[in-house]
Amino acid sequence: MKPFATLLDRLVLTPSRNGKLTLLADYFRDTPDPDRGYGLAALAGGLDLKSVKPAMLRDLVLERMDPVLFQYSYDYVGDLAETISLVWDGTRKDEIDDEHQPRLGEVVTRMNSLGRTEVRPAVRDLLDKLDTSSRFAFLKLVTGALRIGVSARLAKQALSDMSGKDVTEIETLWHGLTPPYEPLFAWLEGRADKPVLATPAIFHSVMLANPVETGDLEKLDPADYAAEWKWDGIRVQMSSYGGTKKLYSRSGDDITGAFPDVVGSINFEGVIDGELLVGGTARSNSPTRTFSDLQQRLNRKTVTAKMLDDYPAFVRAYDLLFESDLDIRAETFFERRRRLADVIERAPHDRFDLSELVPFTTWDELDRIRVAPPDPVIEGVMIKRKDSPYQAGRLKGPWFKWKRDPYNIDAVMLYAQRGHGKRSSYYSDFTFGVWAETPDGEALVPVGKAYFGFTDAELEVLDKFVRDNTVDRFGPVRAVRADPDFGFVLEVAFEGINRSTRHKSGVAMRFPRIARLRQDKLPRDADRLSTLTAMVDAKAN
Amino acid sequence: MKPEALLHPTPAGLFCPIGRFHVDPVRPVERALITHGHSDHARAGHAKVLATRQTLDIMRLRYGEDFCGEEQAAAFGEEIDVEGVRVSFHPAGHVLGSAQIAIERQGLRIVVSGDYKRGVDPTCAPFVPVACDVFITEATFGLPVFHHPDPKDEIDKLLTSLKQFPERSHLVGAYALGKAQRVIRLIRDCGYHEPIFIHGALARLCDYYVGQGIDLGDIRPATVEKSSPDAFKGAVIVGPPSAFQDRWARRFNEPLIAFASGWMMVRQRAKQGGVELPLVISDHCDWPELLSTIEEIDPSEVWVTHGREEALVRWCELKNIPARPLHLVGYEDEGD
Repeated sequence: MKPFATLLDRLVLTPSRNGKLTLLADYFRDTPDPDRGYGLAALAGGLDLKSVKPAMLRDLVLERMDPVLFQYSYDYVGDLAETISLVWDGTRKDEIDDEHQPRLGEVVTRMNSLGRTEVRPAVRDLLDKLDTSSRFAFLKLVTGALRIGVSARLAKQALSDMSGKDVTEIETLWHGLTPPYEPLFAWLEGRADKPVLATPAIFHSVMLANPVETGDLEKLDPADYAAEWKWDGIRVQMSSYGGTKKLYSRSGDDITGAFPDVVGSINFEGVIDGELLVGGTARSNSPTRTFSDLQQRLNRKTVTAKMLDDYPAFVRAYDLLFESDLDIRAETFFERRRRLADVIERAPHDRFDLSELVPFTTWDELDRIRVAPPDPVIEGVMIKRKDSPYQAGRLKGPWFKWKRDPYNIDAVMLYAQRGHGKRSSYYSDFTFGVWAETPDGEALVPVGKAYFGFTDAELEVLDKFVRDNTVDRFGPVRAVRADPDFGFVLEVAFEGINRSTRHKSGVAMRFPRIARLRQDKLPRDADRLSTLTAMVDAKAN
Repeated sequence: MKPEALLHPTPAGLFCPIGRFHVDPVRPVERALITHGHSDHARAGHAKVLATRQTLDIMRLRYGEDFCGEEQAAAFGEEIDVEGVRVSFHPAGHVLGSAQIAIERQGLRIVVSGDYKRGVDPTCAPFVPVACDVFITEATFGLPVFHHPDPKDEIDKLLTSLKQFPERSHLVGAYALGKAQRVIRLIRDCGYHEPIFIHGALARLCDYYVGQGIDLGDIRPATVEKSSPDAFKGAVIVGPPSAFQDRWARRFNEPLIAFASGWMMVRQRAKQGGVELPLVISDHCDWPELLSTIEEIDPSEVWVTHGREEALVRWCELKNIPARPLHLVGYEDEGD
């Protein structure tokens, strides 16, 4: 348990991606099987472990501790698992020897073999046998609250870094393997052949597009490329083989359970790449609905009949990776699309349609089409080379995405916080606000936070402004001067906007970033909240 | 005689009306007895100061020649009469020169421990328990959550990180007096003998420690030659934590921020401070040490000064030891 606990302690406080990769790769290299496999599963979200309720943990600690002292401690620390891990020793010093602590593999096996009445004594016993940091890791695992900023993708990248194997190869295998992944590690370390998968209805890494940047298209011949609408849904993969039907998000999360309407209608075998949307298919002549309607269906384990009725889901197919069990990813985009059209033609009309091609002859023409699409749920166009094979990852060249211009507002800097890593001496995370009518009259209300989009030189300017104009401090956060006639106006660009009950302002932006510093403007010139709500409304129409 | 008649809290700090002196006063007074050189305990501007030689030296280094009107040095164990009150200084194990002060009259003895710790520290004399009627203890880490680990294990984390991230400059935050020198000494004891670079704010105090016979190895100023921005790749740099948020830190290559402090026991504290590598190294007692010290000294009464008084007072109540908080103000519990 100790190596895993040490890894968690470091990951939580390491902001940089490369730093995390180093820590993860070192852990996978230095930790023996099966512990590292369970560690990998815990990080990548695939660890099945008997869970323990916080109430039981609290009971256990109060068996040996004064409730008042426990409450003082909990109030100070603020996190139950951390409090218990720290106070468990009581007045005894840590005397636990690293060598004799239970290993992660043992802990997982033991917890999962327990009967209902055995859980409590077993948890108490493990807490006694683990040191402070391992206790914390253990408690986080059994309460299912491991939030450490590591995605499954990052963990796989670390496996690739440690072994030199391609990350897409690891991704391809991933969903056919189970913890503790011993055959996977054996292959990564060159001790065995690549594992053979029992079921092909697994997730295959998706092909991603790069945004069009200035000058990208000039060098390319429009005749070599085809265009499709870019729909504002979520990218999914349908995988069906031998009666097993799965729906995966683009990162490989299994979302089958949330979309029985789509999955139940699959009548083909193979792997299809597409966009998950809510509303009706083009061939049933009903409109595609907005991303906020789709959101009603996301992040749910199960779904009610009313949900299915109110927010029917369907898939707009983009690509075909496997035709039945035949891997056709090496075929050209046009060839795959021809075969995809056949599959979709025979599939239920109300749940599946084929993404239409957008005809164009010049880039200028496509540019005009892009900014004025025929449907509000379209967020731009995709440009795909007609002869491109399906290659996992984000290669530059074969596929591009060309969005409608991002949304833009002028907002006023309200708060700033220091960044991480090489930015730790700079105020680089900015909360910005716009004008709104409040009970106290006209005031700036926070609407979002951005921490990128500016150049290093611009950061110097921003940082200096924060240091020179701080009016208040709250822990690591500084409030800066923001009056109608004095303050810092930021042009903020973002990808989308939705209503939000979680944000005080009532709106939430997607991917906000600082597009330009508007030192030419005064805060009084900044936008109003009504501009933002109008953007939400415009999207809904 | 009631203990309150011998010593009681006032806005300026603990005051002995019979001996007409204050202990660690937070504002200028006629006569001050100082436990140790940290700036919240040792302030400039008193008419007369009684402290250990090292504490007086440290005050002079920090505040200049005229830090007080008149100074008097106390040797450990020496009994000094101050207006009919018997006063003696005893090692507190906190930083170089730190002392507990025993105050005695008519058979009643009160010990003001100042800041103290029980763990091993090669940079200062170890704490000596002094029998007394009233023991006045700090409670900086007075919560059951605080268990300071073996400081060598913490330094090992730093040395491991240097191997894992050989490109990055490791900036170790440590308070200028005591912690910085202890951390450097610990790093040496763990077998690291490369040059260690220090922030300018540490220079005079490090020199003083070396002059007092504490070997810190090869220490160099962390100043950059304009031509070689990569000079500190993979190096250890020790500085006051405040400097790391400052423009000063920009000279280093991908700095990795470590912080040596007892507060690093709590993850959220580390996270808020932007610390990547918390090193739980403290110059104060942790919870078990506070309790075992009280049990060992076995006073008839415990007074609790600064820190988390309520939990320690609660523990004393559970143990049937009379205890009360003094609610002294002006001592920063952040300073570890």
